[in-house]
Amino acid sequence: MDAILEMRGISKSFTGVKALNDVNLFVRPGEIHALVGENGAGKSTLMKVLSGVYPHGSYEGDIVYEGEERRFRTLNDSEALGIIIIHQELALIPLMSIAENIFLANPPSRFGIIDRTEVHRRSKELLAKVGLDEAPDTLITNIGVGKQQLVEIAKALSKKVRLLILDEPTASLNERDSQALLDLLVEFRRQGISSILISHKLNEISRVADRITVLRDGRTIGMLDTHEEPVEEDRIIRMMVDRDLEHRYPEHTPKIGETILTVEDWSVYHPIHTDRQVIRNVNFHVKRGEIVGVAGLMGAGRTEFAMSLFGHSYGRRISGRVTLEGQEIDVSTVTRAIDAGLAYVTEDRKQLGLLLEEDIRKNITLANLDDVSNRSVLDDIRELTVASDYRKRMRIRSADVYQEAGKLSGGNQQKVVLSKWLFTDPKVLILDEPTRGIDVGAKYEIYAIINELADSGRGVIVISSEMPELLGICDRICVMDHGMFVGEFAAAEATQEKIMRSIMRKGGLQ
Amino acid sequence: MTDKTVALDERAHGGLLKNNLREYGMLLSLFAIMVFFEIVTNGTLLRPLNLTNLVLQNSYIVIMALGMLLVIVTGHIDLSVGSVAGFIGALAAVMIVRYELPFVPAALICLAVGGLIGAAQGYWVAYFRIPSFIVTLAGMLVFKGLSLALLGGQSVGPFPVMFQRLSSGFIPELFPGVGVLYPTSILLGALVALALVYVNFKTRARQQQHGLDVEPQGVFILKNALLCGVLLYFTYLIASHRGLPNVLIIMAALIALYSFVTGRTTIGRQIYAVGGNEKAAKLSGIMTERLTFLTFVNMGVLAALAGLVFAARLNTATPKAGLGFELDVIAACFIGGASAYGGVGRVGGAVIGALIMGVMNNGMSIMGIGIDYQQVIKGLVLLGAVCLDVYNKRR
Repeated sequence: MDAILEMRGISKSFTGVKALNDVNLFVRPGEIHALVGENGAGKSTLMKVLSGVYPHGSYEGDIVYEGEERRFRTLNDSEALGIIIIHQELALIPLMSIAENIFLANPPSRFGIIDRTEVHRRSKELLAKVGLDEAPDTLITNIGVGKQQLVEIAKALSKKVRLLILDEPTASLNERDSQALLDLLVEFRRQGISSILISHKLNEISRVADRITVLRDGRTIGMLDTHEEPVEEDRIIRMMVDRDLEHRYPEHTPKIGETILTVEDWSVYHPIHTDRQVIRNVNFHVKRGEIVGVAGLMGAGRTEFAMSLFGHSYGRRISGRVTLEGQEIDVSTVTRAIDAGLAYVTEDRKQLGLLLEEDIRKNITLANLDDVSNRSVLDDIRELTVASDYRKRMRIRSADVYQEAGKLSGGNQQKVVLSKWLFTDPKVLILDEPTRGIDVGAKYEIYAIINELADSGRGVIVISSEMPELLGICDRICVMDHGMFVGEFAAAEATQEKIMRSIMRKGGLQ
Repeated sequence: MTDKTVALDERAHGGLLKNNLREYGMLLSLFAIMVFFEIVTNGTLLRPLNLTNLVLQNSYIVIMALGMLLVIVTGHIDLSVGSVAGFIGALAAVMIVRYELPFVPAALICLAVGGLIGAAQGYWVAYFRIPSFIVTLAGMLVFKGLSLALLGGQSVGPFPVMFQRLSSGFIPELFPGVGVLYPTSILLGALVALALVYVNFKTRARQQQHGLDVEPQGVFILKNALLCGVLLYFTYLIASHRGLPNVLIIMAALIALYSFVTGRTTIGRQIYAVGGNEKAAKLSGIMTERLTFLTFVNMGVLAALAGLVFAARLNTATPKAGLGFELDVIAACFIGGASAYGGVGRVGGAVIGALIMGVMNNGMSIMGIGIDYQQVIKGLVLLGAVCLDVYNKRR
């Protein structure tokens, strides 16, 4: 048998729009096959066709799996044959235990009564296989995202998986957890389980994938074999975006001025465990026109630092001094922080950044309604002018400003959020993971916007887990670990190794 | 270049039409229901006397629906409004009938107490994050009990004439002896119609001036002509009984006020934002807790007003007053297109929803359908309306 899976000439349309156009995908037994493409390239649609979410008949083309043509009508049909898909948004029930989640759909039972000891025993086995050291009766809500991802995989193993499909499995994982997950895929490969890995993180793909299929605009652009030739990331990117991205980061000559924001002796305690100090008396500053990166592992306290600064939105017993343009400012509520000239773009656009059901216009003006109203009465014309203006300036791709924010792509949503904060005319912007879940092309645009913001005399703080990104756009990088800054590098002298080393050398020099 | 602009305009136009279609659809359903009952009741529904009754019967539901809409838009619910209305009616009766307090101070005290009740409930919901369902369920029990205690289990009444006028009074006639009709009422109706058309024209002109998409002129004129026609016709019908009821004036003023606040002011926009995504709203500098708190205070005041209107209408305060009102009020909001998840719903919709419920109650009673099947039918209409809404949204 040459291929475990052959998808041949798959085409699928949604009300006249072709989402997939003659797509081919061949997966060999026991290989890790990466599927890459920009957002909207058709990766998820293709996987939905494969798993039976879009039933046979609703698409054209053939699916041959383990040597036979298959016509899946439901998700259950494909699962029965060992095709298991793990979605980006994990499908676990938070208030149930790990064991209960693993055996949610078909727990081992006798006469309809769940056999608890068997559930426990088999869960333990599966957890050992995925290398998760947690008691099976731990509640999902009490373990981190990385471990939850492993539970999902254990769940897949419980279903006798033959072909594992992972949709952006490492998007929300830190470096170490991502590594563990990829190691697991390699281990599966040894056992003869094939995986399809959908990911934006090209460094991971080039590390573990045997072959890579690139999709663009619903078409197969090509397939690369990493064993035949070394595959460079730039080559993949070129195939994905159909344009030569010589530089992934726009050219930028910083115009750095005097210090604009200073944070002194900033200390924050955990909101629930109030004796735990999350941010430990840190000092920090940004200059006009400067882009400062904050690097660190997940849980280092970067988001907590940013949110506590922005209107005490995180933590308790917050103390310290914040000085903006030489004046001490009060940041004890979000309104005060905004009035003082701070803006914070959250890492989670959908949960914390946007009104998904409202249109672009209402999202853009939300944080500064005073400027589009007279004595609390909204001036709809001015609001529309403002929104249209930002739509053009930020190149938000939409029919008009009346389009719902929830229906935009990730990159355009981020532009809407950025517009919202620009409209408050901030002096210092904090951007938390500004390019998470955004495709390569849109990332470039966001970087260009960040540069523009700095050039207009603002201070910009960028929190990111992608070190190449920080190295690519920042003028200075501060490294945070365990609620402290443990290293600081000028852009010219920073490297990934240096940053990692300062994290490992925990509690080192400030 | 020109091609592109045209394409954009068309799409914008589609959005405009789609938005309004929902509102028009609801108006059409109300119209269809009225026509239906007008026919099956052999014209009784729109008789001046019955139409006046219809207004009086539903005024307190409409008044509470205005407050409930805001509560629902912020993503909460208030189950206590019926009991609160009953309690305030009892309080008014005790103050006015037993202690012979004059009407005005008594009414003001009642409204203030309503606000306090709303504040007491809103405090737990907004600042302690206790689900509103639980807080107001508790409130429902508390105030049902308190009105029993206050009235000692008996009905208290009758009220002085002054108080009764709140609900069963009609606006004074300035030109008596002109004829059978009430010219002041007709004049007032005409003035309101004119004012509405004037505002519409001005808005359209302003939008056109700034190059915004507007409805085609024909549609616009037709719409306004229809609006005027319907308004004048109803004024004429009601005026030919005893003129415009006082409570209709109160109601109309409140509807206008709340439409304006929700649609055109920053606080209205912020309320929708809280319901749409509370965390995002909070991180955008909106005082989400305070707004939630205030919607409950507002609800309390409106429930108090509704309680006064209802007591005045019955001319007595009974321990059973207000029983089950909350269900009609909540149903009115949901029939009117509000979302149970918050963030969506319009004042106009809630009012139309209340009127749909009112017309159905009234029509079915005239037809002689028993209270048993009336409830069944109303329940099905509620479910059907919401299903239709969800279906339309998915499409």
